[in-house]
Amino acid sequence: MAEINGLGKSMKRKEDARFIQGKGNYIEDIVLPGMIWLDIVRSPYAHARIVNIDTSKAAKIPGVLGFITGKDLEKYNLHWMPTLMSDRQMVLPTDTVKYQAQEVVGVLATDRYAAADGVAAVEIDYEPLPVVVDPFKALQPGAPKVREDKDSNHIWHWEAGDREATDRAIRQAATVVKQRIYIPRIHVASIETCGCVANWDPINKHLTMYMTTQAPHAIRTVIALVAGHVGLSEENIRVISPDIGGGFGGKVPVYPGYVIAIAASVLLGKPVKWIEDRSENLQADSFARDYHMDCELAADGEGRITALRIKTIADHGYTDAAANPSKYPAGLFSICTGSYDYRTAFTEVDAAYTNKPPGGIAYRCSFRVTEAVHAIERMVDILAHERGEDPADFRLKNFIKKEQFPYKSPLGWEFDSGDYHAALQKAMDMIGYRELRKEQAEKRARGELMGIGISSFTEVVGAGPSHQFDILGIKMFDSAEVRIHPTGKAIARFGTKSQGQGHETTYAQILAQELGIPAEHIKVEEGDTDTAPYGLGTYASRSTPTAGAAAAVAARRIREKARKIAAHLLESAEEDLVWEVDRFYVKGSPSRFKTIQDIALAAYTNPPPGVEAGLEATFYYDPPNMTFPFGSYICVVDIDRGTGQVHVRRFVAVDDCGTRINPMIVEGQIHGGLTMGFAPAFMEQIQYDENGNIYGGNFMDYLLPTAVETPRWETGKTVTPSPHHPIGAKGVGESATVGAPAAFVNAVVDALWHLGVRHIDIPITPDKVWQVLKAHGAAAEE
Amino acid sequence: MIPPEFDYVAPTTLQEAIAVLEQKPDAKILAGGHSLIPLLKFRLASVNTLVDINRIDGLSYIREEGGWLKIGAMTREADLEHDPLIGQKYPLLADAARTIADPLVRNMATVGGNLAHADPANDHPAVMLAYGAVIVAAGPNGLREIPITQFFTDLFTTALAPNEILSEIRIPAHKAGNGGCYQKLERKVGDYATAAVAVQIHIGANGVCDTAGIGLTNVGPTPIKAAAAEQTLVGSKLDDAAIKRAAQLAADAAQPQSDYRGTEEYKRALVKTLTVRALRKALERARN
Amino acid sequence: MSTHKITVTVNGQLRQAEVPARLLLVHFIRETLGLTGTHIGCDTTSCGACTVLLNGRAVKSCTVLAVQANGSEITTVEGLAQNGKLHPIQEGFHMEHGLQCGFCTPGMMLSAIALLKQNPYPTEDDIRWGLSGNLCRCTGYVNIVRAVQYAAEKLRIEN
Repeated sequence: MAEINGLGKSMKRKEDARFIQGKGNYIEDIVLPGMIWLDIVRSPYAHARIVNIDTSKAAKIPGVLGFITGKDLEKYNLHWMPTLMSDRQMVLPTDTVKYQAQEVVGVLATDRYAAADGVAAVEIDYEPLPVVVDPFKALQPGAPKVREDKDSNHIWHWEAGDREATDRAIRQAATVVKQRIYIPRIHVASIETCGCVANWDPINKHLTMYMTTQAPHAIRTVIALVAGHVGLSEENIRVISPDIGGGFGGKVPVYPGYVIAIAASVLLGKPVKWIEDRSENLQADSFARDYHMDCELAADGEGRITALRIKTIADHGYTDAAANPSKYPAGLFSICTGSYDYRTAFTEVDAAYTNKPPGGIAYRCSFRVTEAVHAIERMVDILAHERGEDPADFRLKNFIKKEQFPYKSPLGWEFDSGDYHAALQKAMDMIGYRELRKEQAEKRARGELMGIGISSFTEVVGAGPSHQFDILGIKMFDSAEVRIHPTGKAIARFGTKSQGQGHETTYAQILAQELGIPAEHIKVEEGDTDTAPYGLGTYASRSTPTAGAAAAVAARRIREKARKIAAHLLESAEEDLVWEVDRFYVKGSPSRFKTIQDIALAAYTNPPPGVEAGLEATFYYDPPNMTFPFGSYICVVDIDRGTGQVHVRRFVAVDDCGTRINPMIVEGQIHGGLTMGFAPAFMEQIQYDENGNIYGGNFMDYLLPTAVETPRWETGKTVTPSPHHPIGAKGVGESATVGAPAAFVNAVVDALWHLGVRHIDIPITPDKVWQVLKAHGAAAEE
Repeated sequence: MIPPEFDYVAPTTLQEAIAVLEQKPDAKILAGGHSLIPLLKFRLASVNTLVDINRIDGLSYIREEGGWLKIGAMTREADLEHDPLIGQKYPLLADAARTIADPLVRNMATVGGNLAHADPANDHPAVMLAYGAVIVAAGPNGLREIPITQFFTDLFTTALAPNEILSEIRIPAHKAGNGGCYQKLERKVGDYATAAVAVQIHIGANGVCDTAGIGLTNVGPTPIKAAAAEQTLVGSKLDDAAIKRAAQLAADAAQPQSDYRGTEEYKRALVKTLTVRALRKALERARN
Repeated sequence: MSTHKITVTVNGQLRQAEVPARLLLVHFIRETLGLTGTHIGCDTTSCGACTVLLNGRAVKSCTVLAVQANGSEITTVEGLAQNGKLHPIQEGFHMEHGLQCGFCTPGMMLSAIALLKQNPYPTEDDIRWGLSGNLCRCTGYVNIVRAVQYAAEKLRIEN
């Protein structure tokens, strides 16, 4: 039998060939005849009235063709667009701007150089208005109002759990720890920025939209819903998402630039290209986090956790444009009870408008799961330390036990499976936890600062079951369409869209496993709405849980038909056939068989009487439950008392994502995820001064780690398959980003706890650590 | 991001380049370009004419001559970094070269450009202050020597006349008993220093320090020469007390401002810590 | 604005063009020559996605003017494979899973080639420092280091 490269094989990636030879096809590589460039004038103010826009000087620049303003779009009622959270967002302003770097005027030109000159020459008079950047201030009476069309800066209140029972449990607890935890604004900063080429064909009234999107099908529907009234009809909209240079959630939202490009193409009847530069990307695109969490965790006299309460203020910027499922304004924050067995919890979130760009969830995380995990994993550590217990032992004592799964969490999730003890124990063994504690004690006696931090996270991913999860009413299924060719090769198309995850390889491996066709001979396509089946796209670690499952089920349907064909060819009863790797054989006679290739040929040349020709299936998979990947991470840090620098000496990550389809790719996802957990823990943040001026708006100030700063990751695994997923897989793209930050903070605080330090907010910068050391009398005098 | 329009000339001799500068007072010199081109792309600078001096032969060299280490202004940082002479005898320079920007930028960026840009966040200014270097400027009337202490006049401003080009940097040649060190704290590779300290000392046969230079990076509007700290070292045996005294004086000489890299207080403390570490390392090197 | 006639050898081929003074080398490569394997990721010489070899040295082509490259030899990712055979660094990135989205990969590989030319026996530290002018957002660098080690080994055997 041929090697089919099914589940568990570290097959080299099929997509690599084009990327390593410079033949990837990213958005900026798309060039159409007669294409013109769009560049955008942006607001220098965080809040201002537009008094006048003067394009006369810019119009004289050679190559500049025209301008689009909010007033132009207003004629078509396209100056505002709806957000996924039932709010609305400006495409271009007609009156006021709400954040620094907001789009104000679109400049169209023959090439990017002329367009940039045009942008520089547009003159706009602004009348500055009062700015509010702090969500706590924004929610106070008398605060400057961010939105004229709203009553106040309070967007919504959301809560989950039993308020009274939680209040009571906390009142009665033997120990309660409290901490305000802030997770600052960060940005995914994929190395490729966002962009598009909008190509309106005025004769056929057809729009082809090439764009950097993680969800091409949803985007097509959004375009049809928003611009249907001006003649963009869904059958005449084709969204093509070419190769994407990293997404991480930042390429889910619809940004004004895309809409302006479409409008310009429709108005001019020419293809229009818009490519953000890095500053625009960081300053105006969807942010993540910005959660201010007041957390309380309670325990009884034996150190068993009894209750959790978290009150959060969420800073959403000037509009709620978070790309959440409709019923989840605070995302899946209610996973915040963590990996521990207790019955009582209450959490509430109040969202505020501020003069900052919108967004809210996009940073390699399934809808606020990082915030939730950070809160519980920090609080568990604080509680353990407060009680004088070892943080590892404290976790082992409080974990949900293996035999308790499926486990109903206090906030309503049904954890499908888990073995938290095994994962933490493995991480402790790998890193030599007990020896490290000894070393730490010795070092502490010498005045050296060393810390060990643990994070034992539980994620909730794979959105999601149709009774709970939808976006704009569209259920969050995902799809696979699989066709077997007469020669026994296959093509498969999906509603998801890889941005580096390696779908072309892993989906092929799932199908190879189910169908016996070598993965090399299964072509995977995504990202073209004209050819792929409808799906909600790739984000929130949902591709494997949804589309991966759809692939397996579609393949199993094909196999059922293949059984009929094989029975016909072997002149045997269907129930007498046994499937093995790539063939059906007659029970008891393994030499009487038909391979999938024989069957495929017969499907087109010799189908059984009454059986439809061809061999294909399409499946839309509605997951019965979410999946709950988990893991335990342990980090060791040393702190330089003279400079405040934290050196991450070791980091061990044990992940359990259920069945591993391609272990090599899974490892790669974890390495990347850990790095995107490290970055916000120590380096990345976007800040604003009181006037709403951004700091962190380019790569000089928004600090992405290089190979030098990035720790050398050590990985391990346990495998607890998901009981409800067809192949037992759970999704892994985001686990490490979600789980890692708390391990870093826990390690740093662990190094300093004896000095009286209880918490440090991320990012943990040398300056911040030094201030903490100084405040506690531990900064070195050299 | 796109630079505004400009004219470009690429003279092949210094004389030609100087002549262009005389004709076009708004012209700017393009050396490595890795400070200037980003400024142009952000449209934070505009320029009428760029005078590219990369095509002038004979401006890239590293050699010892007449008691000096002479570095051609167009010597790339990467050449400095990998030069065996620098590696063996000029550890302060070698330390600094490895921390400037990143390896790719160092392939274009030049020593002369790093100095002539007069950004107090750049690394060479403090290094040259510590070495007591001499800047050679080429102008219409030939060469002029400028002591480094007179070179940085203000933020982004030097003693170079508009029609002068920095052509060479001279550092007192290495002698036995010299030791140097550059200690820089940066948030990541490619970042400017939160603070950095350059130290160059000479220890005489009697074990006593007879010359000391200390320069500070990015803790003031110009690169700072920590003169009082230097003076306290001269005549001492660089014992712990002298080192700590010098470090305190260096911290006192710093004029940092609070920003996103850290508070004023932190940066001052950092100068102290880094000065201690740099002096200890320099001493160790001087003794070897 | 002045324009300039330039001649450059790109991946072994002589190319001539009349370019405006301000044209950035990366745009010359991508748009004038149509070699789109060289990418753009930032404006501040931070990310290295635009890295090419200019006379054998790895440089960030978003911060070099096209006119500065007049008379130079340029190697881009498209010039790495020879006669259909992958360069060892390309092979290394594929074999060791040194890429995910692929956007930083061309620049990363060209930096690695320059590094290995200078230092055929790099330690892990040498590799991490040598590639510190290139940002990758996907891989966490672990497998990029392995890819470079793979290529180093292969190049040592070949030479």
